[in-house]
Amino acid sequence: MHVVAFTRSTPDTAAKVEVGANGQPTWGDAATVVNPWDEYALEEAILQAEATSGQATVIALGDELHNEALKHSLAMGLNAAIRVEDAALNTGDALAAASAAAAAVKKLGDVKLVICGKEAVDTGTDQHIFQMARKLGWTLLSNVSKILSVDEAAGTIRVERQIEQGKQVVSAALPAVLTVTKEINEPRYPSFIGIRKASKATIPVWSLADLAAEVPSAGVSVTGYRNLPPRDVKLEMLSGTPEEMAAKLVDLLIEEKVL
Amino acid sequence: MTTVFAFIETFKGVASPASWEAVAAAKMIAGAGGASVTALVFGENASAVASQAAQYGANAALVCEDATLAQFRLEPFAALLTALVNEHKPVAVVAVSSSRARELLAASAADTNSPMLSEVAALTVGADGKLSAERAVYAGKVISDVAVTGGGTQFVTLRSRAFKAATPDASAQAAVTTVAPALSEDQIPTKIESFEEEVGKVSLSDAAIIVSGGRAMANNPKDAPAGTADAAVWKAQDGFAHTIQPLAEALGGAVGASRAAVDAGYIPYAHQVGQTGKVVAPDLYIAAGISGAIQHQAGMRTSKVIVAINKDPEAPIFKMARFGLVGDLYAIVPAITAEVKRRLGK
Ligand SMILES: Cc1cc2nc3c(=O)[nH]c(=O)nc-3n(C[C@H](O)[C@H](O)[C@H](O)COP(=O)(O)OP(=O)(O)OC[C@H]3O[C@@H](n4cnc5c(N)ncnc54)[C@H](O)[C@@H]3O)c2cc1C
Ligand SMILES: Nc1ncnc2c1ncn2[C@@H]1O[C@H](COP(=O)(O)O)[C@@H](O)[C@H]1O
Repeated sequence: MHVVAFTRSTPDTAAKVEVGANGQPTWGDAATVVNPWDEYALEEAILQAEATSGQATVIALGDELHNEALKHSLAMGLNAAIRVEDAALNTGDALAAASAAAAAVKKLGDVKLVICGKEAVDTGTDQHIFQMARKLGWTLLSNVSKILSVDEAAGTIRVERQIEQGKQVVSAALPAVLTVTKEINEPRYPSFIGIRKASKATIPVWSLADLAAEVPSAGVSVTGYRNLPPRDVKLEMLSGTPEEMAAKLVDLLIEEKVL
Repeated sequence: MTTVFAFIETFKGVASPASWEAVAAAKMIAGAGGASVTALVFGENASAVASQAAQYGANAALVCEDATLAQFRLEPFAALLTALVNEHKPVAVVAVSSSRARELLAASAADTNSPMLSEVAALTVGADGKLSAERAVYAGKVISDVAVTGGGTQFVTLRSRAFKAATPDASAQAAVTTVAPALSEDQIPTKIESFEEEVGKVSLSDAAIIVSGGRAMANNPKDAPAGTADAAVWKAQDGFAHTIQPLAEALGGAVGASRAAVDAGYIPYAHQVGQTGKVVAPDLYIAAGISGAIQHQAGMRTSKVIVAINKDPEAPIFKMARFGLVGDLYAIVPAITAEVKRRLGK
């Protein structure tokens, strides 16, 4: 079975991110990493491809910053990487990105399963995954914590998924788009040989013209970024025995109207 | 007549209280252009929930109680929402950003090639009726301003607790219309085979008060029973159950945790607050034995009042706290619990 995972590079979660002079978020010389949620998706793509003697392809949308995440994916053991880049996708419009992602999956032709991380820690959404599933016309299964079985011939998949109120077992029709949670696996570290191989790989870049895709624009744009207003708090240290501190704290919390 | 849709999320026929925040935001959007608010209620008990929506400000409701909608599945819900959007051409569709509402609105926005603003913390209606919003990106380290520039129905998911629900008016009524489902069971590609409910699971994102514990929970002075495989895990679990939980209960709040506590197996992942856990914005956040790493801050920095309890006066958590208590959480937290019970009689 041909499995596709999506990924992207995000600034290291420990990085200080601020709005730079050009109005764009910057993180100085802090490293970028694979979007933490995507590690589970990449691992699961490898496992599912291996289990079916198939192949796993990783795709990223965006500029060459994302080559890093793609190379990490190749080093983990995904078989091929593709980057989709086009100036028309730079507006921050999720629907345009989702349509391009769907077109890239279609261009690969024989894909039965797309696996994504739960969300992107930088943009903080998963919107474009769901929209990609709709543009493909495929089943969407979100928050999958275990793939119980995949029957490519019958075109079915059974998964366990986490919902806010508990756990579900769901059977569904393939092809499908999945988002996976951290319970699904233990992502592997890239091997030394993997890293060497990946560093030499050239990653093909597809433009919208290559995808022959019509990309609808939803008419949403990011108009700017702002730094957070400084957290205007005056720290008050309480002192005394635990009981004295507790009594003072309750007084103060009542005064602040949070109790 | 123009209208704004508010999606009312239900589970087993009961509306999530956060849904009323969506009604309030829909009313704000409608108010600007003299439109009405239509509540959408799909699934079990929908008509009863619709009259509740009226009390929170909905003028009308579209309900569908079909069996295919008894449990949330994206395909039948999205097909129905898309059909209703195509038929009624609402100005906007608003929901509070739970995981199901996120996928539902995103799917329907894709079906109808419509603009969507997701997980917004603040919303403005322009003179032309177009929405612009403020949302947190880079794990809350930066604010992004986004705006609708194109036409069509505007889909919006709200960060929970960012908008205030109206005070219910018991006499308010809404015109309830029953609609037919868009898909029949054999057109739906997903079947729910079984469901195991996790009872007593408190929703962190809706909680007004959160008491969180960190790695320090393992420093429980109690001794683990003889033969316990991992004493640290036992001590920490005991601490969450008998030190953190009682304070959360006394305050009517929920229990949170740092990733260090979750990774060490002290408490399930559902409780994790932070960049790779839940992002919360309660009125009161009490961090006990949590150092305040940047990834933890990302999940709780917009809390109204932060209380830090830590034995290390240099811990970074104090930099964002309003009140700081230096000392052993195992002495301080029980003292606070006792005081809260004494003063508030809870
Ligand atoms: C990709 C990535 C994502 C991450 N996501 C998250 C996330 O979502 N959420 C999150 O929380 N972290 C996250 N982290 C981890 C984060 O960096 C920290 O490691 C973690 O938050 C530390 O947890 P802690 O504060 O409980 O533990 P520590 O940093 O070990 O702090 C324990 C604190 O307890 C104090 N203490 C010890 N004993 C006592 C006592 N008896 N009484 C009072 N105080 C005591 C100590 O002084 C110390 O300050 C992430 C890290 C990475 C790399
Ligand atoms: N630029 C990208 N290229 C490939 N996949 C992406 C990209 N952005 C996001 N994704 C995938 O979609 C998820 C959420 O993205 P988004 O909805 O854009 O926030 C990520 O965890 C990835 O799995």
